[in-house]
Amino acid sequence: MAEITASTPHVALPDQPPPASEVGVVGWLRRNLFSSIPNTVLTLFALYLLYVIVPPLLNWAIFSANWQSGTSVKDCVWDGACWTMIRARFGILMYGFYPAEARWRVDVTFVLQFAAIAGLLIEGVPFKKYWAIFLFFIYPFVAFWLLYGGLGLPVIETASWGGLMLNLVLATTGIVLSLPLGILLALGRRSKLPIIRLLSVAFIEFVRGVPLITVLFMASVVFPLFMPEGVNFNKLLRVVIGIILFSAAYIAENVRGGLQAIPKGQYEGAMALGLNYWKMNGLVVLPQALRIAIPSIVNSFIGLFMDTTLVIIVGQIELLGMAQSSARDPNWLGTINTALAFVSMVFFIFCFSMSRYSQYLERKLYTGHKR
Amino acid sequence: MSAVGEVRTVARQSLWRNEFARGVIIQAAVAIALLALTVFLVHNTAVNLAKRGIASGFHFLENVAGFQPTFSLVPFDLATSTNGRVFLLGLVNTLVVSAIGIVFATLLGFIVGIARLSHNYLIRKLAAVYVDVIRNIPLLAQIIFWYFGVLSTLPNVRQSLNFLGFFFLNQRGLFMPAPIFEAGFWIIPAALVVGIIAAIVVYGWARRRQMLTGQQFPALSVGFALIVGLPVLADLGAGSPVTWSLPELKGFNFQGGMSVLPEFVALLLALSIYTAAFIAEIVRSGVQAVSHGQTEAARALGLRPTLTTRLVILPQALRVIVPPLTSQYLNLTKNSSLGVIIAYPDLVSVFAGTVQNQTGQAVECVAITMAVYLVISLLISAFMNWYNKHIALVER
Repeated sequence: MAEITASTPHVALPDQPPPASEVGVVGWLRRNLFSSIPNTVLTLFALYLLYVIVPPLLNWAIFSANWQSGTSVKDCVWDGACWTMIRARFGILMYGFYPAEARWRVDVTFVLQFAAIAGLLIEGVPFKKYWAIFLFFIYPFVAFWLLYGGLGLPVIETASWGGLMLNLVLATTGIVLSLPLGILLALGRRSKLPIIRLLSVAFIEFVRGVPLITVLFMASVVFPLFMPEGVNFNKLLRVVIGIILFSAAYIAENVRGGLQAIPKGQYEGAMALGLNYWKMNGLVVLPQALRIAIPSIVNSFIGLFMDTTLVIIVGQIELLGMAQSSARDPNWLGTINTALAFVSMVFFIFCFSMSRYSQYLERKLYTGHKR
Repeated sequence: MSAVGEVRTVARQSLWRNEFARGVIIQAAVAIALLALTVFLVHNTAVNLAKRGIASGFHFLENVAGFQPTFSLVPFDLATSTNGRVFLLGLVNTLVVSAIGIVFATLLGFIVGIARLSHNYLIRKLAAVYVDVIRNIPLLAQIIFWYFGVLSTLPNVRQSLNFLGFFFLNQRGLFMPAPIFEAGFWIIPAALVVGIIAAIVVYGWARRRQMLTGQQFPALSVGFALIVGLPVLADLGAGSPVTWSLPELKGFNFQGGMSVLPEFVALLLALSIYTAAFIAEIVRSGVQAVSHGQTEAARALGLRPTLTTRLVILPQALRVIVPPLTSQYLNLTKNSSLGVIIAYPDLVSVFAGTVQNQTGQAVECVAITMAVYLVISLLISAFMNWYNKHIALVER
């Protein structure tokens, strides 16, 4: 031991390392999983749950699943999931009865759509205004031409549309076409004109009070009675109209939320500049309100996308319907769980990524408005 | 520009520039257009109905329905029961599955929501995965999964899954004990009512005494003992007027007890599990909305953690939780209509589906069905408004 003299300066000893039980993996475990007896019991319970759920699920879905190709359930020799069925019926699950030689048209339609949406949403991509104009004013006609045909492309009747393609078509047209209607309804609900306000409120509350199924029933059995003699609406078109009216009410409420967040000074400023009602809303209020409403509109879109599965009930066979009927095919009896797992994964991938995007947007917008 | 033209423009503009006149013109135009559309649609419908030979009006409700729904909680007879009776049956089935679903969804939702806030890493993550997975898979797929994927693969009657010897689960549904009421059973509900009233009185007295003297009284546990204890005592005192009929395997099926259809079980499971994921998020955000300063202040006052939760956090969190919670209840009720995919005989399935198909009176059937859901949703939103007014912060 060194001798301490008066001239030795006081030098702090280096810090002792914390006890091994408080740092690293062990410390983390102690803090988060075994901090007290009840906590330990909870941890053991969670581990038991994981043990019961995860290994059998992985085993079913991956390790003892059938990945090989085949033509009937007999080719599924392992006792796990029969992905063979999905492989055999992949085309029909994605495109319904859309003719195989024309499926490129569907592909092009959705590639265009995703490109336009990505251009609009991803930061740093230039020409936002032109992406929006393309998506909302040009793309719908291009998509209709590609999917339905005419002008040089052979016509493919809507009766043969189906599978995932139908879900996407219904959800996209639903949201794109219900957006203008929803904005009008939201403005109507805040209008000073009593009749306009009353009608908007009545429509919004009526639609939000009834289940989508009853609206679809109305579209499929009551709409035809409303039409003059000889006018026959395409069944898919009726369903689309039902979905548009339904989602317009929800969009209206989202937009109203955005409108309510705009301070009164913005209206007053616009009026002081001499802008009339439409210019005030179109140039000053709505651009700000819609920006705020985007996350909730995305959430509505997720809900609408999942709700498009309901059209099976009125006889339109979308992805879930195709999966169910595939599992009922005599060749593939007993594959219902595989079919449902596939459908669930597809929806999960779409909806989960969209909901993450809307959460990200919410965080971003929140900081933008924090004062 | 000529003088005449200028005068005309000025006159026209002045009317249009007048805010009041403009409002009247726009509203009159909208009202007339809507009226014209209505007349047009009604006329078309009348012509179409006449051409197809379909009656209109509500007389069909008194006609014999002529089909037997699979599940009925109201007396139903194939030979004499009317379409009106079918409506009642569908309504009761919808309300029953919704009510039980709301109870289960609330319980599960609160558990998962609190688990989302747990200090335990594993529990927190498990709850988060549950919420993310369940919310992002369509409810219809979940209903089909529980019905065709799980309940159809259950063992047959002879190999039923046995829970404690009282509950049996097999392909034909869930079998459980049923109460049999004998003479004098009314004493038990009477005791329950007395117990509830006594508990409320005790609670009020304890609160007043605490306000006056500061002395505490274990009002909650005493109240609980009264509500549970009095009916039990009444049951014992009256010589057990309620007995239980147990399901027993006789021949090819269970006899005695109550049975619940697999459609009901599947729909209930799917609705509860799906809605619970949404309720969990509401509970989590509600608790997180109470600022941490509240907890710290309560602890600084010396309140124990349980009391902090009960007296400080919960009342404030509930103010945030209840409005979206009621709209989830409404959603669950509306979503119960998806039972149509597995043929659960709810209102949409038997009335807007079967009766509408048989009578052809689509307008009336769909209108009545929509009206029922509207009434339910108006009732729930009326309750919500009342509650909001009741608990709203009194400011300035």
